[in-house]
Amino acid sequence: MEIYELTVHELLEKLYKKEITKEEILTSYQNRINEKEKDVQAFVTITEEEAKEQFKKVQEGNNTSKLAGIPIGIKDNICTKGIKTTCASKMLENFVSPYDATVMDKINAEGMVTLGKLNMDEFAMGGSTEHSYFKKTKNPWNLNKVPGGSSGGSAAAVAAGMVPWALGSDTGGSIRQPASFCGIVGLKPTYGLVSRFGLVAFASSLDQIGTLTKDVEDSALLLNVIAGHDEKDSTSAAKEKEDYTKALKNDVKGLKIGVPKEYFGEGINEEVKASIEKVIEKYRELGATVEECSLDVADYALATYYIIACAEASSNLGRFDGIRYGYRTKNYENLKDIYRNSRSEGFGAEVKRRIILGTYVLSSGYYDAYYKKAQQVRTLVKNEFARNFEKYDVILTPTASNVAFDIGSKINDPLEMYLADLCTVPVNIAGLPGISVPCGLNSEKMPIGFQLIGKPFAESTILNAAYTYEQNTDFKKNKPEFKN
Amino acid sequence: MQVSKEEILHIAKLANLNLKEEEVNTYMGHLEEILNFANVVNEAPIEGLEESIGVNEAYNVFRRDEIVQGLQREELLQNAPDSQEGMFKIPKVIN
Repeated sequence: MEIYELTVHELLEKLYKKEITKEEILTSYQNRINEKEKDVQAFVTITEEEAKEQFKKVQEGNNTSKLAGIPIGIKDNICTKGIKTTCASKMLENFVSPYDATVMDKINAEGMVTLGKLNMDEFAMGGSTEHSYFKKTKNPWNLNKVPGGSSGGSAAAVAAGMVPWALGSDTGGSIRQPASFCGIVGLKPTYGLVSRFGLVAFASSLDQIGTLTKDVEDSALLLNVIAGHDEKDSTSAAKEKEDYTKALKNDVKGLKIGVPKEYFGEGINEEVKASIEKVIEKYRELGATVEECSLDVADYALATYYIIACAEASSNLGRFDGIRYGYRTKNYENLKDIYRNSRSEGFGAEVKRRIILGTYVLSSGYYDAYYKKAQQVRTLVKNEFARNFEKYDVILTPTASNVAFDIGSKINDPLEMYLADLCTVPVNIAGLPGISVPCGLNSEKMPIGFQLIGKPFAESTILNAAYTYEQNTDFKKNKPEFKN
Repeated sequence: MQVSKEEILHIAKLANLNLKEEEVNTYMGHLEEILNFANVVNEAPIEGLEESIGVNEAYNVFRRDEIVQGLQREELLQNAPDSQEGMFKIPKVIN
């Protein structure tokens, strides 16, 4: 087994037993990046020298964290002081944040080493990472397929063994869907559990930072690092610190799982459906109770998501004006020209599309018909989940209705791309925690994932349920083949 | 849902975006298609439901009233496309 194939908890164990050194870990990952990045294209910025420098400092210092010296990859919409944060946009091509995001403060306090900034859909808008201004990231299982998105660079880099784990962000499925497409574990925590300070805002009431890891135990480990109240984010929850690794009990006896029938109807791929049915069987075998339930919001939730997310985006992205930071047009005579031309030249097509949709639904005459209604549907979605959680501990769905698709196949059909988020967006609308866990490969050897949804702040419950499934199955024997 | 050319140009103006002729047509089509889809919110059983602005019920969140060192002017100006004497520079706005 190569070092880059190991999970972080395996690395820690080998370090403890003195079978490997921290230098060897760093070298193994940096070599792997040099070998695979040309095929996968997961990074916007590789910080090879900075990482070595940072590693040296950690080694010379007296950081006693067990994670000191462990590498990590960071999605390029999380602000990193001194390293470019581009959001995969021409608008921020040269932006260097003057401060670190709160999650970076926490990562740095542990002495972890940043290997680079990972590719994404521009401003996290998209589900395929094809909307990056810089490059199209490839799926390590098949280089002709998308890695999913918007955290596609993070998912692909973890799957390819170029980073041991990564941070991403999830507004409507942007961690869970790429995790599912790339055969890894993706966790979106409860809204408010992880500080959003320093995460470039897309839709502030939905955005949440989370983890992309090789297995569930690593998710718990990394969540331990990034969770916690932060004064700099007024939506951050004042919760007491928990050790999520303690929740991993490899036991689901008595756990009540609801499976909403609405996510298994029309539109779901047969192989995905069969794979999820096996997951359900496995949970029954392990002693959980699994019942069909109803979450009758699927259709409304997706429409609501696109109304709310675009409305918030149109407002959040108003800050990009070519004055204080970001791209400024060369073509201007007055202030208005700077605003309009900088934005028109700096934003890509999908970002403009969403700003237009968001501006439209907020404009006078349409506000009541769309935005106000969507806010009411939001209440409906929350109520529907709450009703189900009276009866069930977790809710199980597919993460995506199909496996990763071919690069280029949906790029001209925005609505079809949006429909791919059907299973993941309700979770963001209700602010719940969700985790995607790999559960099989289809006939073309592309990964399939399932999603577990928990009550607010019940990360422990879904992590344990995911862990128990993982410990009693063997998806991990499958390795991405970098097929051409 | 029909979206007219005038409407899309008005929206683009509100959003501070210029649209090329071909973009106008593409976005018009996409907007119509997405709005038709989004119309299902009008069929949702939402009679009498309150609007949610988010999931967090916290209200008026305050920080402790303490003086902290903020970012320095130079750090904040490092990303400015144009600056002069410690200030962001823009074209003349008053004639």
